[in-house]
Amino acid sequence: MSATRTVTVGSSHGLHARPAKLFVEAAQGTGVQMTLAKGEKSVNAASILGVMSLGVEKGDEVVLTAEGENTEAALDALEEFLKTDHDEA
Amino acid sequence: MPPATQSAMKGTGIGQGIAVGPVARMSPPPAAPADATSTLNQEQESARVNEAVQAVSADLTARGEAAGGQAQEVLEAQVMMAQDPSVTEAVDAKLAAGKTAEYAVHTAFAEVAEQLQALGGYLGERAADLHDVAARVVAALRGEPAPGVPDPGHPYVLVAQDLAPADTALLDLNQVLALVTIEGGPTSHTAILARGKGIIAVVGVKEAAELTDGDEVIVDAAHSAVTLAPSQEQKDEAAARIEQRRAAQAAPITEGALADGTPVPLLANLGSPENAAEAVELGAEGVGLFRTEFLFLSSDTAPSVAEQREAYVKLLQAFPGKKVVVRALDAGADKPLPFLNDAEEENPALGLRGLRALLASEEILRDQLSALAEAHEATEADLWVMAPMVSTVEEAEIFSRFAHQHGLKTAGVMVEVPSSALVAEQILQISDFASIGTNDLTQYTMAADRLLGSVAGLQDPWHPAVLKLVKEVGAAGAATGKPVGVCGEAAADPLLAVVLVGLGVHTLSMAPAALADVRAELLHHTKEQAEAIAAAALSAPDAAGALEAARTTAAAHSAE
Repeated sequence: MSATRTVTVGSSHGLHARPAKLFVEAAQGTGVQMTLAKGEKSVNAASILGVMSLGVEKGDEVVLTAEGENTEAALDALEEFLKTDHDEA
Repeated sequence: MPPATQSAMKGTGIGQGIAVGPVARMSPPPAAPADATSTLNQEQESARVNEAVQAVSADLTARGEAAGGQAQEVLEAQVMMAQDPSVTEAVDAKLAAGKTAEYAVHTAFAEVAEQLQALGGYLGERAADLHDVAARVVAALRGEPAPGVPDPGHPYVLVAQDLAPADTALLDLNQVLALVTIEGGPTSHTAILARGKGIIAVVGVKEAAELTDGDEVIVDAAHSAVTLAPSQEQKDEAAARIEQRRAAQAAPITEGALADGTPVPLLANLGSPENAAEAVELGAEGVGLFRTEFLFLSSDTAPSVAEQREAYVKLLQAFPGKKVVVRALDAGADKPLPFLNDAEEENPALGLRGLRALLASEEILRDQLSALAEAHEATEADLWVMAPMVSTVEEAEIFSRFAHQHGLKTAGVMVEVPSSALVAEQILQISDFASIGTNDLTQYTMAADRLLGSVAGLQDPWHPAVLKLVKEVGAAGAATGKPVGVCGEAAADPLLAVVLVGLGVHTLSMAPAALADVRAELLHHTKEQAEAIAAAALSAPDAAGALEAARTTAAAHSAE
């Protein structure tokens, strides 16, 4: 059972350094197995090295895929995270 | 080796401080594990890895919490890397092949680091973090102390082979009394950082390799010496000097001058506008060297005029009515920039760098001068601009013409190449001022790479050959009526500062942390005495002899 969600990234510096770390923490916090994909490349959403290696920039479209139980709540949380600008603070 | 009667170990002192305390050694990275087949089963090895990763993560987290701020962010990111699934998978694959935990961690982290390095940029830089985490995990597996800066729980004298910039940045200055490195010279990055932060340091002390944790030492930067197991008398003398120096640091801030009132303006070397406030607080009477590389280093293309203008305005606003000398972009050699020079050079220090590179990409120079002129218009500071690494009169002339075309009135040159020191008079007939960069001038005069530890012994601005070139420039300044300054590390050495003034230098620019010591030393000598001290140094056969001669002459003056 898997569910996907396509999101446009809102963080002004994309998913680099600090926002990448916060994203991975959020992904780990959901307890759900998820992948993050940009174009052809898909990585484990709980891997900071994987997430950073995607080189996600502001305005990029990314696809979240969740496996198992409670996928909707987890996808909601990460979608909200990706839409928010985390470089403001 | 007889204990308690040690003669002092010699190195190169940074600054004037003295400190007494117990040694704590920086642990070296663990030796690379051998590719041996494990005698344990895969589950047992996997459990060992988990336990070690957890221990390292807990240690890094605790250090981060203690440090706070940016250091905490760096350390937390390291913890995440240590636990990253891609790393864990790579480790598991090695363990499944029957390797030991140590070998699996070492090679798996190295593989992931290599992938990161291939990606370049920010991720490439994280490769060094992964190597550091791997070294910590391997040390934990072996039960060895964690590599890196020690944390003995009390103030200590840090003894290290050399420090990586990241180690220096993370030093807890409330715990580190002084720093002793076995390698490195006076212009190594460690020395420059120590000087910038005002850390008492002696670098390049070969014999310090014999020091062990808990040894009591006196670190005497002013005399470039480290004394093991000092006597009570030596400790008392050190305590008196620590007190004396505290008093000098607390002395009221006055304008730089010699004992007879001859003014010697003391200026700050700055690398970004953020440090301006601290420099003003420490009594900088202006800026003698503002490095503009920070605007360019992090980008693949040159920043726009508007971006540059904003940074320059911020700097100039901190010094209303004061002199601020901005150096045009100095790229090449140890700080290459892809958009300025992408050629592979066998000898980059002798290649297309400094002003040479700017003249090859004129629009970058023109943009910078435009941004500086706009910032000057918008602020009250007295802006001077200078060209890096000028070697001919023609280059000086072209730079002056460019600067004047952009409405910048005061344009000068940096004297870093012996040729420009030797034709300084011809240059100063055209340029408005000269500023001597002693680090590069020493490197080029002695033909000794300033980043190479093996020739660090030749990298000494006290060498009479270097002083003689400074004298040429000082004399050219007097003949043409143009100001001559020094903005290299030499100006931060109080006695050498006196020598430079004796050689005809008018202003001294240094890391703000060095201002108090230099200010105090200048007040001890008249112009005439400074000239006598300089003459004594000039006639010495070598750098050590010049220092000795200067000391003896200065001591004779104070005995008068």
